[in-house]
Amino acid sequence: MSTRIRDMELEIMRYDPEKDEAPWFQSYTVPCNEDWVILDAINYVKDNLDTTLAFRWSCHMMVCGSCGMMVNGEPSLTCKTFVRDLPDKVRIEPLENFPIERDLVVVLDDVMQKLHQVQPYIMRKDDPPAEDVEYNQTRGQLMKFKQLTMCINCMCCYAACPQYALNKDFIGPAALTLAHRYNLDNRDQGKSDRLNILADHDGVWDCSFVGACSEVCPKHVDPAAAIQQMKVDGAVEFWKQKMGIVGDKS
Amino acid sequence: MSRRPYIRPVSKTTWYMRNKRYKVYVLRELSSFLVAFYTFFTICALAILATDSAEKWDSFLASQQNTGMVVFHAVALLYFLFFQTFPWFKLAPKAMPVQVGENKLPDSFIIIGHYVAWVIVSAFIFWLAGVI
Ligand code: SF4
Ligand code: SF4
Ligand code: FES
Repeated sequence: MSTRIRDMELEIMRYDPEKDEAPWFQSYTVPCNEDWVILDAINYVKDNLDTTLAFRWSCHMMVCGSCGMMVNGEPSLTCKTFVRDLPDKVRIEPLENFPIERDLVVVLDDVMQKLHQVQPYIMRKDDPPAEDVEYNQTRGQLMKFKQLTMCINCMCCYAACPQYALNKDFIGPAALTLAHRYNLDNRDQGKSDRLNILADHDGVWDCSFVGACSEVCPKHVDPAAAIQQMKVDGAVEFWKQKMGIVGDKS
Repeated sequence: MSRRPYIRPVSKTTWYMRNKRYKVYVLRELSSFLVAFYTFFTICALAILATDSAEKWDSFLASQQNTGMVVFHAVALLYFLFFQTFPWFKLAPKAMPVQVGENKLPDSFIIIGHYVAWVIVSAFIFWLAGVI
């Protein structure tokens, strides 16, 4: 195991809502082990240099989705971003496109509401289902959307999305992807309901397929792909409804 | 303890300068000007054809046969290739994934399919135009 230590200068954006008019940068020199991830370096600052620094993290293993930050301008999961891949000077900012609560902590209320808005649960016409009913799913049916279930809501994709930057009403990559995950689920029957909302204003058509979301996604969810597929579905659904063909899958 | 979230400003006019990804995107979108030009160009060509005058059509063709126009069309073609055709074909498997049984068809199948279709359609148009 490498134990090489390298001094790294972390330029961290600070913002104290009680004192600061606007964010500013504070520099810390951190003796980094080359095996570290950036989150370790930030924790070093908190533990040894400045206890006032505020930031979110929990799992340190790409599961909780709370440690997303801008690292040298790139939306990154800091527990996945290795020190050895970075230059001696690194700039750390809170995720772009979100209001800053304090230091590296952002306000996520908007995306939380959006995740809720897309009805991310199985909807059935026979709700509540008859007792003893099982809705089966084959491996092939699961494979249709399994990749989309990998999302950890880190919101790096929103920080990368130029459409969300310009229009906060855009439902955005992770929430649209989540909707598509349920649309593709063979047990679900809510696809046309969801598409009515999502193929409308501020939904899928606001996405211009920049693909930035997919490039930064640390879990390879590929939200841009999901959104383009929904555009196709939305158009099909539109014509179906125009021609009076109702009905849903399964 | 009071909350006072800070909202970082986003410039409506220079937002795309933020990173390389956005710049490439804007370059891609700029090709819409060329699309507009070629739409106009085609309408003009059709209007001239509709006059039923061989003379006017010949002079239209002649007007395209100078170095300036040839260079313009060549540059436009390259621009479309690099900012539309290649990137869109590369992205095609994302918009239309094909699953056979339990597994997804490899992306390369769909991409190659697009290129094959492109060659066939182009050949058909060249054939129609009497080039081949
Ligand atoms: S789609 Fe990817 S980048 Fe977006 S929230 Fe989910 S895991 Fe994060
Ligand atoms: S592909 Fe769509 S959602 Fe993803 S970054 Fe681009 S505009 Fe945003
Ligand atoms: S700390 Fe949980 S995802 Fe990084």
